[in-house]
Amino acid sequence: MKVNQILMSGIAVLAAATMAVAAPGGGTVSGKVTYEGTPAKQKPIDMSKEPSCAKAHATPITTEAVVTGEGNTLENVVVYISAGAPDGATAPAQAVTITQRGCQYVPHLVALQVNQELKVVNEDQTSHNIHPLAKANREWNKSQPPGSPAFTEKFDKEEFIPVKCNIHPWMHSTFAVMKTSHYSVTAGNGGFTLPNLPPGKYTITAWHESYGTQTQDVTITGSETKTISFVFKAKPY
Amino acid sequence: MGKFFAVVLTIIALVSAVPIVMHTWWMPPDISTHGHAIDEQLTDTMAEAGFSFLAAQLLLALFVWKFSERKDSGPIKSLPGGAKGLVIAALILVGTEMLALGVLGQKAWASVYFTPASPNALQVQAQAGQFAFYFRYPGADGKFGALHPDKIDEGNQNYFGLDPANEVEARDDIVSGELAIPANREVLLLIHAKDVGHSFYVPELRIQQDFVPGLDLSVHFTATKVGRYEIVCTQLCGLGHYNMKAYLNVMSQEDFDKWLKQKASEQ
Repeated sequence: MKVNQILMSGIAVLAAATMAVAAPGGGTVSGKVTYEGTPAKQKPIDMSKEPSCAKAHATPITTEAVVTGEGNTLENVVVYISAGAPDGATAPAQAVTITQRGCQYVPHLVALQVNQELKVVNEDQTSHNIHPLAKANREWNKSQPPGSPAFTEKFDKEEFIPVKCNIHPWMHSTFAVMKTSHYSVTAGNGGFTLPNLPPGKYTITAWHESYGTQTQDVTITGSETKTISFVFKAKPY
Repeated sequence: MGKFFAVVLTIIALVSAVPIVMHTWWMPPDISTHGHAIDEQLTDTMAEAGFSFLAAQLLLALFVWKFSERKDSGPIKSLPGGAKGLVIAALILVGTEMLALGVLGQKAWASVYFTPASPNALQVQAQAGQFAFYFRYPGADGKFGALHPDKIDEGNQNYFGLDPANEVEARDDIVSGELAIPANREVLLLIHAKDVGHSFYVPELRIQQDFVPGLDLSVHFTATKVGRYEIVCTQLCGLGHYNMKAYLNVMSQEDFDKWLKQKASEQ
């Protein structure tokens, strides 16, 4: 999970760097995503059919449909500006990476911009077949035998795309393809920051793979920091 | 030259019979109560087929030896009984062999497929999907939750499409990636295909059963030996077929109860 967080913060820094060029200064929206209720129990994953992957985990990893932190915080939530953001964000030149490691997608959720390069890496001693179940974008699936080089792909429409591996049914990820450059993915502390927002009215959306979306409207004047929070209702089933 | 070929033919036929007679590449040891009948049937089949094979090869060698250096190109008239007689004899021989195998084999087949499982057999549902097997135990209530294909969510380990939010029966269902069973207790395996055709094959168990989409099939067996055995898919089912396998874990009743309890706590 640490690698996951480092990658995520790396993406956040990159996104912030791009935005700094596009819109210096401005206001900031930041806050926290939490849940109330009892989230579904995450189950251990049986990888016995793929011994090389089973060996990679000292204790079986669990599903990641709901990942929580201390104080009911919610990880892997994409918080982004769904309306009001200045259009015409160009895709960063830097690719984002998804790695297949120990028969698991690392990170569990990849946020990237429309037309930004996605690099797919297989570090395992087994074949994978990554399959984004895209509806708005073109659907594809690609085999990656062990030791084969990474490949890149792009998505040209905004969409939350569920991703599966055609060989290992338990492997699951999401590609959050964003039209805007103003997005943030929550880490273990549930925190998000959307900096460099010019004055204006914005709709902020928080998306979670199990709990769906929530929106809030925020008005930014000058270089203030607005704090908002999202609370998702968690159910055991 | 013809005589040399006849000798080579004879040697090839005899040498290739050796590993079959010696059981060099035989099946792994049987761990089931019905397996001996299957093994007897296999032995009978091999004996009959082997006898026919050797007879045909040796006869061929004899003909090569006898007729390869003929000067006369006309038809051979000195066959015992003539060509027609030989064909009729071969038909009767092969027909009797096939019929005998069928009649004898019916017993082995019937012990698995024509007799129902005992009412207190342990029920386990086996689901095959591209490219993994998953197994489901009914849990404390003894009832399986209904299947809803639209609820299948593999990222959440809901491989069967259960609806625990709305159905109480589904809440205690135990889903596992391995098939754990107690030794010496009959198991009724309910066969369910999620997508395409697959097959459940455990050589040690002497069980091979196809999964057919849309058909609820079942197979029953009793394993007698504790151990871990490979379950492989033997029906070409797509890209990941080579990698589609799971494990059969035969345990003592005590270990099985513990295992089931542990699995139930993980659901």
